[in-house]
Order: sequence, then structure tokens, then C-alpha cells
Amino acid sequence: MERRAVYRNKVLPWLLIGPQLLLVLVFFYWPTSQALYWAFTLEQPWGGGNLWAGLDNFLYIFRDDRYWGTVLRSAFYALAATGLSMLVALTLASFVDRALKGTKLFQSVFIWPYAIAAPAAGVAFRFIFSPEAGLVGAINDIWPGIWDPATNGIHALAMVIVCHAWLGIGYNFVFFLAALQMIPRSINEAGAMDGARPFRRMLDLQLPLIAPTAFFLLIMNIISSFTDSFGLIDTMTEGGPIGQTEVMVYKIYVDGFKGLDYSGAAAQSIILMLLVIGLTFVQFKWVERRVHYN
Amino acid sequence: MIERSPFFDALTYAVMIIGLILVVIPFWIVIVAASQSLQEVSRVPISLLPSDQLWVNLSEAWDRADLAPKMLNSFIVAIGVTVGKITLASLSAFAIVFFSFKARMICFWLIFITLMLPLEVRIVPTYSIAANALLPFQVILDTLGITGLVQAVSGVQIALNWNLLNSYTGLILPLVATATGTFLYRQFFMTIPDELVEASKMDGAHPLEFFFDVLLPLSRTNMLALATIMFVSSWNQYLWPLLITTDRANFGTVVMQLKALIPAQNGTPDWNVTMAGALIIMLPPLLVVAFMQRWFVRGLISRDK
Repeated sequence: MERRAVYRNKVLPWLLIGPQLLLVLVFFYWPTSQALYWAFTLEQPWGGGNLWAGLDNFLYIFRDDRYWGTVLRSAFYALAATGLSMLVALTLASFVDRALKGTKLFQSVFIWPYAIAAPAAGVAFRFIFSPEAGLVGAINDIWPGIWDPATNGIHALAMVIVCHAWLGIGYNFVFFLAALQMIPRSINEAGAMDGARPFRRMLDLQLPLIAPTAFFLLIMNIISSFTDSFGLIDTMTEGGPIGQTEVMVYKIYVDGFKGLDYSGAAAQSIILMLLVIGLTFVQFKWVERRVHYN
Repeated sequence: MIERSPFFDALTYAVMIIGLILVVIPFWIVIVAASQSLQEVSRVPISLLPSDQLWVNLSEAWDRADLAPKMLNSFIVAIGVTVGKITLASLSAFAIVFFSFKARMICFWLIFITLMLPLEVRIVPTYSIAANALLPFQVILDTLGITGLVQAVSGVQIALNWNLLNSYTGLILPLVATATGTFLYRQFFMTIPDELVEASKMDGAHPLEFFFDVLLPLSRTNMLALATIMFVSSWNQYLWPLLITTDRANFGTVVMQLKALIPAQNGTPDWNVTMAGALIIMLPPLLVVAFMQRWFVRGLISRDK
């Protein structure tokens, strides 16, 4: 990233970068260090400062079966929503990439879900999947009681995952399409010359070539499943029925802001942060290797 | 297209149409339900054709969720974040790319590490700062002994306090304090040829003149992309506004109102009003994305690759 022609002012760069550094320090580094402090201490109920707790907060969480349930659920949620969303987006992008007549119209509509707020989609899907209303709920008229996300945890989780996957279609589609369009035409033509039909070329040529994008999206989707899930779960199920749709971010919110257990919530935040940092790290490593091999 | 394959073309259209239905169905249902009367919306199975009650439901939802002031708040926050981010991001990327100063790489990493952790992941710690955003400086002054010194000399005790709860700054600043935009601008500034900088230097232009007269006009596309991304993501914020505003009536945003529109467990199931509200709330970012698509797609992709 070195340039030959650069300015050598002493003060000006600090004035330019100062505001951003200040914001980052106040709203990122300070709070993150604060969370570390909380995670290793315990607030006394009647004031008087925090007591050093060592790893107790973490041990307490790790001994809690409910927490492990949340972790497993989050992992399932992340993988299911990511897989579903990426599969749909990849299929659509592969066919849009053929650039037949009128494709532009489809292409622009497929991006729409990106613009929708998670809670707005949550409210819409809650209505669509409501057992009393006349869409998916209509199935209850034929087989009474077959669909009820209000009492059946599996139904509720499936409903949230479907909504999450739908929300992700736009973002994933944009990236898949861009990756596909970057594949040189000549490769496709060579494949055709060798007698590979379009579908064969999709599977054996295009798919392997966009693997790096797919991996990038996999990580981004998993990270977003931690962040976007809050708006969905809060509007669709509030973690219910009986905690069966509670994921990590939602539990942090409930424990920290409803239960006022800041130490516990901070310890959970640290775990979640480490998880996200770990995922990002894996991604960087992957990108590095790809560059190396090319 | 390389060869003629009518069967595969037909399949392509079939898949795209199925995809279109999949993507559009939720939008369609929101619009249909928002246009029906309570009776129509409660029918099982529901009719999938729009009715004539759209305006009635829209105004009912507008009143019930008190959307007028909330709309204004949402616009203030979204525009504040967008403008703030573009300003800060372009300036700091300018400093990082075009200046050589000692701590350049440290600054670079200090800013870019923030890309890793989205606000939702570090919500508990960020909230701790909300009650007093100047607390870090107070602690610094305390540890350095400056507070004690000043008190001993002048008798004045330094107590910095800046409460962010229930304020636009509280809603906006934490969203501005991430690196997405800086990264986008950096990537673009890196592609500016050195000759351009040299020419500007030779003409005796001040760095700031170079920034305003050369760089900014060149980065118009980037700016539009970033503006779209930031507008959409800040309009759609949910968890942060929920925590930072206890005074919902004055500082609530529209997205926070969605939950209030959901029919109560044993109340009237007037989903038509709920859907009308959802329609109003999801429309502004949707319009922005639809109109800005060309630029925004480019920005989204160059941001992360």
C-alpha cells in the first residue's frame, strides 16, 4: 500500500483522522475493555464497586445447561439459515448469469430483500406463518393443529430460520452474481467446445471458480446470523415458546437488560466476540492461502 | 450466450420465475393484507387479491403507531449516520492513504479491527458508555492525577458528563464509529494513480485542495454506494435504538414501532393495520435500494473484496 507521492505534513493527518479515532476509542475500544472488566468481576448488589471474580462468571455460564442449549441452537440456526439462503441465492445467480432476455428485471427484484429491516420482515412472516391467519395457517383447517409455532418450538424455530434465509437472499445474490460475472467468458466457451452442456458447465466450471466467494459469504452469513437474529426473534417469538427460539444474542439481551445481570451478560458477550473474531480470522487465513496459490 | 439450448433456456426462465415468486410473495402479502378490511384479512384461507381499504389501514397504522414523529426521527438518524459516516470515512481514508506519518499503520489497524465486531455483538459494553460518553476521558484524567491536581490548585473538581440516552447523538454516533465506509474509501483511494498527486503537488495545491477538487469529485460513485448502504442499515437498526431510547414518544424510530403494531394475544386480530404499518416502515429503504441499485451493487462488492 506504499505510494511514491505522499504528503508529509505533521499536523494535518491527525486533524483528518482524529474524529474517527476518537469515535472508535469511545464507542469501540473503551466499551470492549469495559466488557472484559465486567466479565471478570461481580457487581455487588448494594453498590460499593465490583468484586474480582476471576473466571467465576464464565464457569457459571459453562455449567448452565440452558446456555449450552442456546449455543447449540445458535449453531443450528446459523447453519440452517446460511445454507438455505446461499443455496437459493446461488441457484438464482447461476441462472441470471446466463443473461437471457429480460433478466435485468429479475435481477433487480432479487436484491430487494436486502433493503428490508429484520423486524419488518419478522412481522410480515409472523402473519404469513400465523396459525390463526389464512395463509400457512389455512393448513390447520384441513389437518387441525398440524402447524402451531406458538406452542411448538420446532415450528417456531423453522419459521424464524425461513425468514432469516429470505432476508439474506439479496445480499448473497449480489455477491454470487458478481463472482460469476467475473469468470472469463473464454473458459465457458472452451467448456462448450469440449461438448459440456450448460448445466454441466455450471457444476464443473463455474461452481469451483466461485468457491472463494462462497466461502466469504459463508462466514459473513454466519456472522450476520448472530446480529440480525435479534430483530427477528424479538418480533416473531420473543425467544418462546419456553425459550425454544432463544439464541446467543437474544440471551445476552435478556440476561443483561431484562435480568440486569451485567457480569453474566458481559461474559457471554466476550464469548460471542471471540467466536466472531475466530470466524473472521479463519476467513483471512483462507483469503491469504488463495492469494498464495494463485 | 454460447450455444442454442431451448430446453435449458426454458428451465432458466422457470427457475427465475420461481425465484421471483419466492422473493416477491412476502411483499405481495403485505400489500394485499394492508388493503383488506378486518373481515377480509381474517378469512381462512385469505384472498390473495388486493381490496380497497389500503388508505384506511395506512392512516389507521400511521395514527396508532404515532408514526409522524417517528418517521422524522428515523430520517434524522439515517441521514445523520449517512452524512457523518461519509464525512469521517473520506477524511480518515485520505489521511491513511495519502499522508506518511509515524503512527499511520497503527491508526489503520485501530480503525479496521472495528470491522470485525458488529454493534449487536458488543451491545452490552457499548451500552455502558451511553450514560456518560466522556467516562473514558474522566478515567484518563483521574489516573494521570490531573483531576486531583486541578482540584488542589483551583478547587474545581473535574466531572465530565455527557449522557447519550434519549438523544440523536446517542442514536447516531455509535453507528458512525465503525470502519465500513473508511474501508470503502481506502480501497478507492488506493486506485488513484500517483501521477495525479504529483501533478497536484507540482501545481502548488494544498493537500486539502487536492482532496476537495480532485478526490471528492472522482469518488462520487463510491459516495452514492456508501450513502445507500448506510441509509438502509441505519434505518433498519433495531437493537441499539431499543436500548438507547427510554423516551419512546420523543426519540423512538419507526422500526421500533413495529412490535407495537402486532395484534395482542387476545385482542382484535387486525393484521391489516399491522401490515399497513410494516409497508410504510419498509418503504423508504426499499425505494432507496431500488433507485440506487446500480451504484449500490458496485459499492457493496468493492467493500468486502
